[in-house]
Amino acid sequence: MVEVVVFAVAGAACLVGAVGVVLSRNPVHAALMLVMTLFGVAVLFVALQAHFIAAVQVIVYAGAIVVLFLFVIMLLGVDRAAELSLGALPAQRWTAAAFGLGGAAVLVWLVAAVDRIFKGAHSYELESAGVVETDAVATSYATDVSAIARSLFSDYVYAFELTSLLLIVAVIGTVILARRSYGADGGRAGQHGDESAPAESGATPQEARQ
Amino acid sequence: MSGLEVTTGWYLTLGAMLFLIGGTGLLVRRNPLIMLMCVELMLNGVNLSFIAFADRFGDVHGHTVVLFVLVVAAAEVVVGLGLVVAVLRASPRATADDLSALKG
Repeated sequence: MVEVVVFAVAGAACLVGAVGVVLSRNPVHAALMLVMTLFGVAVLFVALQAHFIAAVQVIVYAGAIVVLFLFVIMLLGVDRAAELSLGALPAQRWTAAAFGLGGAAVLVWLVAAVDRIFKGAHSYELESAGVVETDAVATSYATDVSAIARSLFSDYVYAFELTSLLLIVAVIGTVILARRSYGADGGRAGQHGDESAPAESGATPQEARQ
Repeated sequence: MSGLEVTTGWYLTLGAMLFLIGGTGLLVRRNPLIMLMCVELMLNGVNLSFIAFADRFGDVHGHTVVLFVLVVAAAEVVVGLGLVVAVLRASPRATADDLSALKG
């Protein structure tokens, strides 16, 4: 029963935060609502026995990404209310309506299908049916850091190395983006850029590597 | 067995709802910062589904994939916010609609 309560509270926090991100007029409020959603998802990760992923979620998302969002909001001074009316793009409005309604329909179908397919909470009868093959014991599986590291550095080692390449490319790209001066007011922008670029580009690689 | 039990389907449903809310917000909002936040919402919905499936099938590879998604999300936010800073520094009240000026 406590699982149901945890799921209800964390899920409600997730949904309220998500709706708040979409509906907030102020970008700062949207970022704080995003924090609420991320913490709710972290609690659900703990409920799903993914403790390491939950810790990484809090550290990387709430500790780095949202801080980066708030940093940019404050740097640009765009922390003012924006109008929520849709733009002059009716095609975009129809696309959004179609995405929302079609997605809701798919969601209803998914709930029905999932209840039929995944009947039972923690039974691993699909293993005996040959759908999945695991050498894990029947009721538990290793989710600690060593198990994740073993899969990360054996099965996914090439993807892991490509990840480091991706981070280097992202860091270099951000430095170049932040240091160039754009537009006609190159002198003023360049002056601002030289002042603000090292702070931002110095903060991003450390945060991205956490 | 009690009548109410948290099954995998609950988590998948919640992940799908997060994905839908994020996607709708991405299409509706015009502030590029909030659009990036909506992308984060979509990624979190998918991450929740991955962890739910990992728990359901007893497979740790779902956790590994979520770690990769986190890294890619961090890189995406870094580059995306760099672009937003570069654009908004030139024109402070720009929305996503104004970025059509980038066409050649």
